[in-house]
Amino acid sequence: MKRFGPFVFERRLAPSRTTVIGVSVAAVALALLVSALIFWGYGVNPWKAYVAIAQETLGSRHGLMEIIRRAIPLILCGVGLALAFRARFWNIGAEGQVLAGAVAASGIALFSGILAPWLLPAMFGGGFLAGALWGAVPALLRVRFAVNEVISTLMMNYIMIYIVEWLIHGPWKGATMRGFAYSDFFPDAAKLALIPGTRVHWPTLVVGVAAAVVVAALLARTRLGYEIRVVGQSTDAARYAGISFFKVMVWTMLLSGGLAALAGVGEVAGIHYRLRSPTHISLGYGYTSIIVAWLARGSPLAVILTALLFGLIFAAGDTVRVVLQMPFQIVSVLNGLILFFLIGSELLMQWRVRIAAKGERWTGRAGSSGS
Amino acid sequence: MDWQGWLVGIVGRALAFGTPLLWATLGEVYAERSGVVNLGVEGMMILGAFSAFAVAQTAGHPGVGVLVGAVVGGAAALLHAVMTVTLRANQYVSGLALTLFGLGLAGLVGRGWEGTPLRQALPPVTIPGLSEIPLLGPMLFQGQTVLTYVGLFLAVVLWLLLWKTRWGVVVRSVGESPATADALGINVFRVRYLAVVFGGTLAGIAGAYLSVAYRPAWTEGMTAGMGWIVIALAIFAGWDPLRTVGGALFFGALYHLSFRLQGLVAPELLKLMPYASAILVLALVGLRSVRRRGAPSALGLPYTRGER
Repeated sequence: MKRFGPFVFERRLAPSRTTVIGVSVAAVALALLVSALIFWGYGVNPWKAYVAIAQETLGSRHGLMEIIRRAIPLILCGVGLALAFRARFWNIGAEGQVLAGAVAASGIALFSGILAPWLLPAMFGGGFLAGALWGAVPALLRVRFAVNEVISTLMMNYIMIYIVEWLIHGPWKGATMRGFAYSDFFPDAAKLALIPGTRVHWPTLVVGVAAAVVVAALLARTRLGYEIRVVGQSTDAARYAGISFFKVMVWTMLLSGGLAALAGVGEVAGIHYRLRSPTHISLGYGYTSIIVAWLARGSPLAVILTALLFGLIFAAGDTVRVVLQMPFQIVSVLNGLILFFLIGSELLMQWRVRIAAKGERWTGRAGSSGS
Repeated sequence: MDWQGWLVGIVGRALAFGTPLLWATLGEVYAERSGVVNLGVEGMMILGAFSAFAVAQTAGHPGVGVLVGAVVGGAAALLHAVMTVTLRANQYVSGLALTLFGLGLAGLVGRGWEGTPLRQALPPVTIPGLSEIPLLGPMLFQGQTVLTYVGLFLAVVLWLLLWKTRWGVVVRSVGESPATADALGINVFRVRYLAVVFGGTLAGIAGAYLSVAYRPAWTEGMTAGMGWIVIALAIFAGWDPLRTVGGALFFGALYHLSFRLQGLVAPELLKLMPYASAILVLALVGLRSVRRRGAPSALGLPYTRGER
C-alpha cells in the first residue's frame, strides 16, 4: 500500500474484468490522442483527420465491410497467437506463417490440377499444413536446442519473405505477367466467394470465427488445452504434473502456425488471386495480430473483437492515404503507440485507488505479490 | 600474393558490413547484461539512420548527423526503459512496439526524402602507422570510415569495463541478481536505465553509419532486418563485447558473400542466408552446452523492490 496525497494505492491480486476493459479503452484513447500530435506535425488538422476516418470507415456500408475484410486475417492470426501465448510461447512468426499458407495455397491452385469442388478445400488444407510445419520448427528448436523462440520465429519470417520473393521472381513467375514479379492468376475454381459488392471473402471469415470457437473450447474443455494452460502458468507445476513440454509446445505451434497460414490462404484466394510480393500479401498482419492477441488477453473469443478494432485501424490507414494523402505507415505508428500504452497501463491494473481515510498512513507491507 | 589481396578484400568488406552490427550488438550486450532485452533495435536503428541522414543533409556535415542519430537512438531506448524498468511492462512486447513505431515513424517522416543521396558522406580514412602492419594493417585499418575504427576500439574498452572494473561488476550483478545488488546499495533502476539508453545510443549510431557512411542515402526500411540479427548476435557472442567483434565480422562476411555469389544463386535465396545462419548458429550454441550459456540470470525479468 502506498499513499500519494489523498489517494491510497492498494495492490490487488487479479484485476476485475471492468478494470481491464476500462483501462484498455483509456490506453487506446490516449494513444489516439498522442497520434493526434503526429497528424498535427504532418500539417493535417487532427480533428479533421479523425472525423474523416470515422466517416470513411464507420460511416458507410463500404467502410464497415473494409473493416471486416482487414479483420479476417487478424482474427485467424490472433486466435493462433492467443493459443501460443497461453502456453507462454512467444510466437512472433505469424507473418512468416501467413506467407507459408499463401505459398502452399498458390502452389496447389496453380500446379496441382485438382478440380473444382475440391480445389479450395485442398488449398485451405495444404495451407494449414504448411503453416503448421513452419510453426513447429521454432517449437522443436526451443525444446531440443534451447533456441529462444522470439529470435527463431523472427528469423523465419525473413526466410519466408525471401522464399516468396524468390518464387515470384524465379520459378513461379507468371508467363502472362509481362515480366512483372507475380505468379499467374489462379483458375476460377481457386477464387473464394465474396459478399456481393464488397471485398469480404466470407468463407475465410466463417473459418476464422469457427477457429476462435474451436480454440476456445480446446483451451477450456480438453486435456491438451488444460496442459497448455498449466505450462503457460507455471513450468514447475507442469513438470511435477508430468506434462510433456515437447508435446505441448509442438502441438501448440502446429495449431498456431496452421491458423495463421489460413489467413494467408484467404488473402491469396480471396483478394489477390495470385502470389505476389510479401508486403502486398500481408501488410504486417502477423505483427499486428500480436497486439490483437495481447489486447484480448489470450482469449480466442475476445480476439474477434480486438481484431475488428485493428481492422478499423488498417481501414483508417487507407482513408489516411487516399483522403489525407499521408503514407500508409501511419498504421504502424498507431499500432506501436497503442501497444506502448496498453503494456504501460498493465501496472495500473494491479492497483486499486481509493481516497484515504482520515489519519491513515503507510501501514507496512504491500499485499502479497501478484507476480 | 593474390590470396592476400583476396583476403584483405573479404575482411575489409566484412568489416564494412559488420560495423553497424558491431555497434548495435555492443549496445544490446550492455542492455542485456543489466537484465533488459530490447527487441527495439531495428526501430532504434532506423530512427537513428533517418535522423542522421536528415541532419547531415541539412547541416552539410555527416559528423553532426551521427551525433544526432546517437541522441535519437538513446531517446527511443529511453521509452523502452520507462516501459520496462519503471512500468515493468513485458520486455519483448515493449521492444516490438518500439520497432513497429520506429519503422512506421521513419517511413512516415522520411517519405519526402525517399531515395535522396547524401550530399556529403563520411569519408574513408586510413590510419597512419597501424595500416603499415603486414596483412593485418590493410585488412583492418584501411579504407573504412572512422566509425569502424572507433567501433573496434569501443569493443575493447567495453570489454575491459565489463570484466575489469567496478562499473562492470555493478552492471553484471544487476543483470544476475537485482535483489542482491539492491541490498548492496546499488540503484538497480538507475543502472538499468543507463544501460538501456546507452544501448539505444549505440544502435542509433549503427543506423547512422548505414545512412551517412555505408550507403549514403535514405531509403525506407534500409536497416532491412539487421536489428534482429543483432539480437541473435548478442546471444551468439555470449554477451561478451570482444566476442561480438568476431560475430559481427562473421555476419558481415555472410552479407558480403551473398553479394559475391550473385549470378550463381538467386539473389533472393542469398538474402535469406544470414537469417538461416543465425538460426543454425543458435541451434549449435544451444546444442553445445547446458541451456542459455552464460545468459544473465535476471534477463527479461522486471525488478520490484521487496519482492523475491
